[in-house]
Order: sequence, then structure tokens, then C-alpha cells
Amino acid sequence: MSLTPDDVKRIARLARIETSDAEAQATQAQLNTIFDLIAAMQAVDTRGIAPMAHAQEVYQRLRDDAVTEPDRHAAFQAVAPAVENGLYLVPKVIE
Amino acid sequence: MSDTSLSALAAQLAGKQVSSRELAQTYLDRIAALNPSLNAFITVDADKTLAEAAAADALIAAGKNGPLTGVPIAHKDIFCTDGWLTTCGSKMLHNFVAPYDAHVIQRFKAAGMPSLGKTNMDEFAMGSSNETSYFGAVKNPWDPARVPGGSSGGAAACVAARMAPAATGTDTGGSIRQPAAFTGITGLKPTYGLVSRYGMIAFASSLDQAGPMAPSAEDCALLLNVMTGFDPNDSTSLDREKEDYTRDLDQPLAGLRVGLPKEFFAEGLNHDVATAVDAAIAELKRLGATTVGISLANSKLAIPVYYVLAPAEASSNLSRFDGVRYGYRAPDYASLDDMYCKTRAQGFGAEVKRRILIGAYVLSHGYYDAYYLQAQKIRRLIADDFGAAFEACDVILGPTAPGTAFKLGEKSGDPVEMYLNDLYTIPANLAGLPGMSLPCGFDSQGLPIGLQLVGNYFSEAKMLNVAHQYQRATDWHTRVPTHL
Repeated sequence: MSLTPDDVKRIARLARIETSDAEAQATQAQLNTIFDLIAAMQAVDTRGIAPMAHAQEVYQRLRDDAVTEPDRHAAFQAVAPAVENGLYLVPKVIE
Repeated sequence: MSDTSLSALAAQLAGKQVSSRELAQTYLDRIAALNPSLNAFITVDADKTLAEAAAADALIAAGKNGPLTGVPIAHKDIFCTDGWLTTCGSKMLHNFVAPYDAHVIQRFKAAGMPSLGKTNMDEFAMGSSNETSYFGAVKNPWDPARVPGGSSGGAAACVAARMAPAATGTDTGGSIRQPAAFTGITGLKPTYGLVSRYGMIAFASSLDQAGPMAPSAEDCALLLNVMTGFDPNDSTSLDREKEDYTRDLDQPLAGLRVGLPKEFFAEGLNHDVATAVDAAIAELKRLGATTVGISLANSKLAIPVYYVLAPAEASSNLSRFDGVRYGYRAPDYASLDDMYCKTRAQGFGAEVKRRILIGAYVLSHGYYDAYYLQAQKIRRLIADDFGAAFEACDVILGPTAPGTAFKLGEKSGDPVEMYLNDLYTIPANLAGLPGMSLPCGFDSQGLPIGLQLVGNYFSEAKMLNVAHQYQRATDWHTRVPTHL
């Protein structure tokens, strides 16, 4: 398998990372060496093997439906790039 | 200070021979002297440290001290620390002052252990050399032309240079053990689920685990007693009875079965490393252990599997960095989407972007089965190999890394070359098993060599016992770089 610069730009677009043509070119070569490394997996016969997502069998715990956290929105919004009236400011999305 | 073991420091504090403030000041002075050249810390705040030390002194004066009250510790900059800059080694969080404490930080605060500061690390813990940090590379105290390993490179360097008596680290594919090996200290990655990940900035959530880094196994046991425990804020935290990890330190090793995986002694292993590991095996036999040959046949696939699973999880975890709620935001943009794209292009470094792209690709439509699902299936095979091996042995032993500390810049241009450093450490992360590294000698250039132990689930006390008995018989862990 080999990625083209267009593939790199498409993935970067999915990941919301602005990428110039020159960057895509340089990244393409590095990603291809990494995918060559990963390709060793394809030779393994894994029919009948259950995928392992996690090291421990853990399940989502349930708790009582009760308020447990204090309101700390002022502290949390103090580290935001732009806030007004308790709201996060971003560029307009609806005209 | 002659003996800086945690038990010795705690005894001096409890006996009022030294105050926590005096002790903290001694370490702050050493940090001030050495950090400009080593770059092990991203943030040092003497006022905060001394205030925490004064609070510890008050606890000691009131007789309310625990086993380590007043002993200072350095924290990897991946742990959110209330009121402290918490950068994760990234421009993306270069201005992020955390508004809360990670669970690990809460525990060390509750134990009365003052923080000496936040240690440097590879950006978002992605790296094996500490060279991907936005705040610059860390230098290895044994040779400043060389890397300290990574991603917990600042933690390892600050302990090796005795700028802190101990440090916290995190290990996703070897990030505690490999830097411990490269700097001649002891580091332990616990069983997955033993230490809460709450407030620990996520890289690959099914692999990330925090652990202690310190000169000796005894130190690590004392620190593990503080760090472990159930936390409802982490859905993967295990609800188990609290253990005392020092309980078996003094047990003899007679009858211990040490498994030697043939795959960890194959081609690619540096000659000096192989010689030092062989000598350590001979020492353990002298202490009563027996060895048994084992095979971890699928471990050769650990790196390919890891470089699918870890980037996949990272691409998801790092989607939260978008310039809206915290951290960096690009100065100029035309729309919301453009703001995301520019913020992430400018805020992330090259290695982090590479991994996000790999992750986005292997999870994308049409490739999921061939990459992500296949990797999860081979992960099962790798874990099953360990299960079979532990039928025949109590602990698995081998080298921590294929070589010793390499030169700054030597591997940073070739990602694959860098990734191969973690050949022996990644299998334990994939299986969720505990692993540790301890010093077992020096190569011909005077660089430390690490010995790795991998234990069965929840066998930390046994591994620490083996390491402690080895350290009673050897003095590698007491060596410090003499030129500092």
C-alpha cells in the first residue's frame, strides 16, 4: 500500500489539520515507511480470534442520578481563548 | 545529603533532623543549578513548592504525617495540577493552567508530598527521546550530547541527576521503562487499571498507565502505595483491595522461576546490553532463582500493532484540542472550520500530526477491518503468549531497550528507527501487564543499561521483591553521574 499526497491531504482534512502541498509531500514519504512497518500484520492468520479492545474486562459503572459536582464554569472558562457571558466565542457558523 | 532514599528522607523528616522546607530548598537549589543545561523541568515555582513543604512541616509537627509526608516529588507535565501550567510538552497547551488536580496529584498532595515542579516530556507523550517536546530536548545527565529516552525524559533525567528524590511518569509503550533504562534509574509501569488516569492527559486510553520513577525498587514500592487505588472518575480504574507493595521486599528469591523469552535476546540486541543482562541473570541465580526458556512468538508484531492502535486512540483523544475551550487558538482564521484546521496545524508538532493522520486513516471507511480490527486480534495473540508463559515462570526478564542512550538528533529524522526502540516494552502495554526497568550495568561508553521485568497481572509486589533483592546484591542503582 502506498499513500499519495492527495491521500495525505484527504486524511489531514478529516483530522482538521491544515496541510500545504509541500507538507503533504514530505508527510507522505514518512507515512509510507510507517505503513510498510505496519504491513507485517497482514501476513498473520487471525481467523477465529476475538479482537482485544482492552486489557481488563471492565464495564461502565452506573451511579445514582444525583448532582455530585459543584458549578465551576467560571474556573473552567477562565482558561478559554474567548468567552462572553458564560459562552465560548467562535466564528459565526449560521448566516 | 548522603542517603536520599525515600525511606531515609522520610525518617529524617519524622525525626525532625531536617524540615520539608529545608529539603525542598536543597532540591530547588540543585534544580536552579542543573536545569539550565539539562532542561528536565518545564515549570518550576519555588513559592508554591515551599508553601506545600511548609504545610507538610505543619502535619509533621502535629503528628499527622504519613510514611512519605514532607518528601518532595516532581510530576510529569501530563498530569493536570491545579494552578500550575500543564503543557503536555505541546504548544497546544503552552498557556494552559489546569483548573483541577489529576487523581495522581490528589494522592501525592494527600500524602503531604510537595511538588518540585512539572517535568519535560515528548509532546503528548509521543516519542522515545524527549526530542518532540515544544519546550526543547532534555539532555541525558550521563552525557549531555545524548537523549534521556522518552516520553518521560524529564522525569528520568531529574531523578538521575538527583534534582528530585522521585518523579511520576506515564507509560503507553515504554515511556517510563525506556527513559529509566537510559538514565540508570528504576521505573515501574503498573498493571493497567491500577492507577487512575483521571486528569492525566490522554494519549492512547487502552494503554496509558502512570507509575513511579526513582533510584530504587524500594522507593518505587513506597510511591506505588501512594499512587494506586480505586477512583470512580476513571471508568477503567479497578475496584480492588488496597495492597502494601513493600510487603514482600525482603522475601528470599529461592525457588523463583525467571522466564527468558528467546525473542528478547535475538538479533538487534546491543552486545554490551546482552552482556549486562546475562550478568544480572547470573546474579539472580546466585540469589536462588532458576531460569526457564519461554517464547513470546507474536511479540515481534507488537510494534506494527501498537502503531495502529495507539495512533487510532490518539486521533480520537486529541480531537478535543480545537482552540475553543482551552489552550492555543490560531490568531487568524476565516471561519470556524478554518479556525480548527489552523489551530491544529500550528498547535501540534510534526510527530503528533503524523500519529493523528495514521489514526484517522486506519479508522477510516474501508480500512478499519484491515488495520484496526486486525491489530486488535493480534493484540489478543500477544496477550495469550504471556498467559501461556506465566504457566511456566513467575516473572519474565530481558533487556528494557535494544541499546543504550543514543545521540540527540541521531534518530529524530526517521520515525521508524525511533519506534524500534520500544520493541521490548510495548508487548506489556498491549497485554496490560506490569513492567519495570532497573539499572544492571554500563556499556563501554559509560552509559546505563536497563534490565526489564514483566510480571503477571497484579504481581507488582513480587516484581519489586525481585528488583529489591537484586539491588541489595548490586549497586548499579546508587551510581550517579560524577561530573554534575
